[in-house]
Amino acid sequence: MSRGTRTFNIYRYDPDKDKAPYMQTFKLELTDKHRMLLDALLELKVQDESLTFRRSCREGICGSDGVNINGKNGLACLWNLNDLPEVITIRPLPGLPVIKDLVVDMNQFYDQYNKIHPFLINNQPAPPKERLQSQEEREHLDGLYECILCACCSTSCPSFWWNPDKFLGPSALLNAYRFIIDSRDTATQERLARLDDPFSLFRCKGIMNCVSVCPKGLNPTKAIGHIRNMLLDMAG
Amino acid sequence: MGAINPKEDYTNIPHQFFDAVIVGGGGSGMRASYQLAQAGLKVAVLTKVFPTRSHTVAAQGGIGASLGNMQEDNWHYHFYDTVKGSDWLGDQDAIEFMTREAPQVVYELEHLGMPFDRNADGTIYQRPFGGHSANYGEKAVPRACAAADRTGHALLHTLYQSNVKMGTQFFVEWIALDLIRNEAGDVLGVTAIDQETGKIAVFQAKATLFATGGAGRVYRASTNAYINTGDGLGMAARAGIPLQDMEFWQFHPTGVAGAGVLLTEGCRGEGGILRNDSGEPFMERYAPTLKDLAPRDFVSRSMDQEIKEGRGCGPNKDYILLDMTHLGADTIMKRLPSVFEIGKKFANVDCTKEPIPVVPTIHYQMGGIPTNIHGQVVVPESRETQELVANYNAETDTYTTNAGDRDFAKPVKGFYAIGECSCVSVHGANRLGTNSLLDLVVFGKAAGQHIIEYVTKQHDGEYEPLPTTVLENTVNRIRKLDESTSGENAQEVADTIRNIVQDHAGVFRTSALLEEGVKQILALEPRVRNIHLKDKSKVFNTARVEALEVENLYEVAKATLISAAARKECRGAHTVVDFELPPDHPTYSYGRRDDEWMKHTLWFSTDNRLEYKPVRYKPLTVAAIPPKPRTF
Repeated sequence: MSRGTRTFNIYRYDPDKDKAPYMQTFKLELTDKHRMLLDALLELKVQDESLTFRRSCREGICGSDGVNINGKNGLACLWNLNDLPEVITIRPLPGLPVIKDLVVDMNQFYDQYNKIHPFLINNQPAPPKERLQSQEEREHLDGLYECILCACCSTSCPSFWWNPDKFLGPSALLNAYRFIIDSRDTATQERLARLDDPFSLFRCKGIMNCVSVCPKGLNPTKAIGHIRNMLLDMAG
Repeated sequence: MGAINPKEDYTNIPHQFFDAVIVGGGGSGMRASYQLAQAGLKVAVLTKVFPTRSHTVAAQGGIGASLGNMQEDNWHYHFYDTVKGSDWLGDQDAIEFMTREAPQVVYELEHLGMPFDRNADGTIYQRPFGGHSANYGEKAVPRACAAADRTGHALLHTLYQSNVKMGTQFFVEWIALDLIRNEAGDVLGVTAIDQETGKIAVFQAKATLFATGGAGRVYRASTNAYINTGDGLGMAARAGIPLQDMEFWQFHPTGVAGAGVLLTEGCRGEGGILRNDSGEPFMERYAPTLKDLAPRDFVSRSMDQEIKEGRGCGPNKDYILLDMTHLGADTIMKRLPSVFEIGKKFANVDCTKEPIPVVPTIHYQMGGIPTNIHGQVVVPESRETQELVANYNAETDTYTTNAGDRDFAKPVKGFYAIGECSCVSVHGANRLGTNSLLDLVVFGKAAGQHIIEYVTKQHDGEYEPLPTTVLENTVNRIRKLDESTSGENAQEVADTIRNIVQDHAGVFRTSALLEEGVKQILALEPRVRNIHLKDKSKVFNTARVEALEVENLYEVAKATLISAAARKECRGAHTVVDFELPPDHPTYSYGRRDDEWMKHTLWFSTDNRLEYKPVRYKPLTVAAIPPKPRTF
């Protein structure tokens, strides 16, 4: 059953062919099988197989299909077409180099993640069974470990746009706090010390774009606030 | 202009050397790469997507291990459940190995930082899951170690993080194209294409490990990610390696109707109930003891039976309802938060207040590349000269074959496979929930250990010369696409493959449908070989990748239909209506024929031929679990 026609303005750029990026207009008659924006993109790719974007799980857990939709970052697979207006403008995630069309080079984003030492550090020998952790201690990880590294947050952050090499960005900082607050991690002081410079964390200006775009409903600004307080306590 | 100039590529293509090349950056690949990098080996992980986007990330409910944190449990029970779950097609030595190792590998994940949910005493939280029981089938037992309903995500990210710690070298968005074998059949590495540049390269290694995942996208309606196209299976099959037990595909009982998105068995583990159109909790009728927590093949068949008999729900009576409304919003938000989100986003349902429409949806491939418990790929030592006769005699409890001392498990030098692309076989004819994540980690570790041993102690350190034709296959395939001026659209051909498999190899199969499916899939070959790539660009050309994937899907589809059409019995996920018998049949309960069909299928692509090999009936240290009627 038809649900009307939508207009898609999509950012196109093939570095081998195009001198500059341009917007291409597609029309698509929506039917029942087009639930999410990703379904529409896949249909448009049948019309024009050169249209390029990343996708995998189509259920919001792999984090592949982050794009900018009518000015707001989000996952194409979680964005219901019914919630979008008749004209839909899709651009790559802002602030990262474009490889082709909607595909961005995410290395800057991953490099910042790697800088926070995103792994558990525990200098005690491992016990024969699990390390014990109370339910309260475990609850501290909720709202942190669920990050899917889609980069929607960091690429919506003006501070990250200006200093993508020096400011770690909301995603990396959320993950930093995930390890700082883990009762099993023994490197808290070193982790905090590494963040204690004018850029890594303190470039966060509390704009909170990260919170409004996170497809998993996480709150990096809050995590950054916790780290900030710990750093101030440490200094005090 | 095309991306590849074959002449130039023959002489100039990069050729890199590693101790080990791992194809696939999901749970099993990264468990192995972590181990290899930790041991100081030079290891490369080629991964089609950034590692944390691998499909392991979508696993929800848990990883099975008899920790006994909630109730008394031990690996003997887990062993029994897995053998019974497999409908006695699983190899009992491999199942013993996996279930014994399970607690240790789970503790190791915890030590690496995996954020499991916790009990009041600080131990790992475990929930009940389908087919997992205490005391050999007596009652359900909580064995699924869980991180809410994001266990796969927590596991995959933890393993990625552990690899960041070890400095593992990842080749992200590189797609392996062909397996390199020399004349002796030894595996020397792979050819691969870098999606970002469109350039091809040779990765030569002392050990090549496939961890390429399943091929769930060979069906039209699937819980699987778009990337699950069976690339490792295609590469292996084209290189002459047989594929084992490919007729066995798991339908997960609870895919969201219409959308296909998975809702974890943990929904029922936490107390959710399946209901038909009159609201009846019908699983009580089919499985009086385990009810909604019977194994997946069993539950999916029962659901399909309800629908077939007109008790489905909705205007078309074509789905079942998963009811969690009695669990309370607190439990759902704490234990099943992603399920709540999926219900809202993909079914427009608030599952704390209303049930979710579900249908059995393809989910997991039990078959794959045959391996032993060290992850080594194994093949029969020679071509079969007489058909294998395998017979289980219930009166004497003996399993005999006519194979004599024929070796069915000769390792292919330098070649390993783990995870869903492999068949070791621990899942047999039906996998138990939570055993997939377990399989990844147990055999990722075992293969890692074996490769370390092989590379450091057995290998002479010299890289063998590559056959002169090494690039022919790869270059020809790429060149053919680049030079195509007309032909078939890759997605249309892929959709045709999916439709044929879906319509002929579903929950209930018939001999006639399977034979028709074989005919249709074989007739499709000219279209598969005549794909036209319109987009010839070289930078991040996903159309080219999708065109190459079609060839892999095609191998999987043929393996599935041909293996299924040949198996004249009902076992696990393979139910053929023609051979169905009642559960209380004196010799063939449900139509399972142990005097004839307790054997593995091997399908060889290169000459489209089937062979069979015996089940490994004898466990490593304990007594075998003799086949019994499978009631729950």
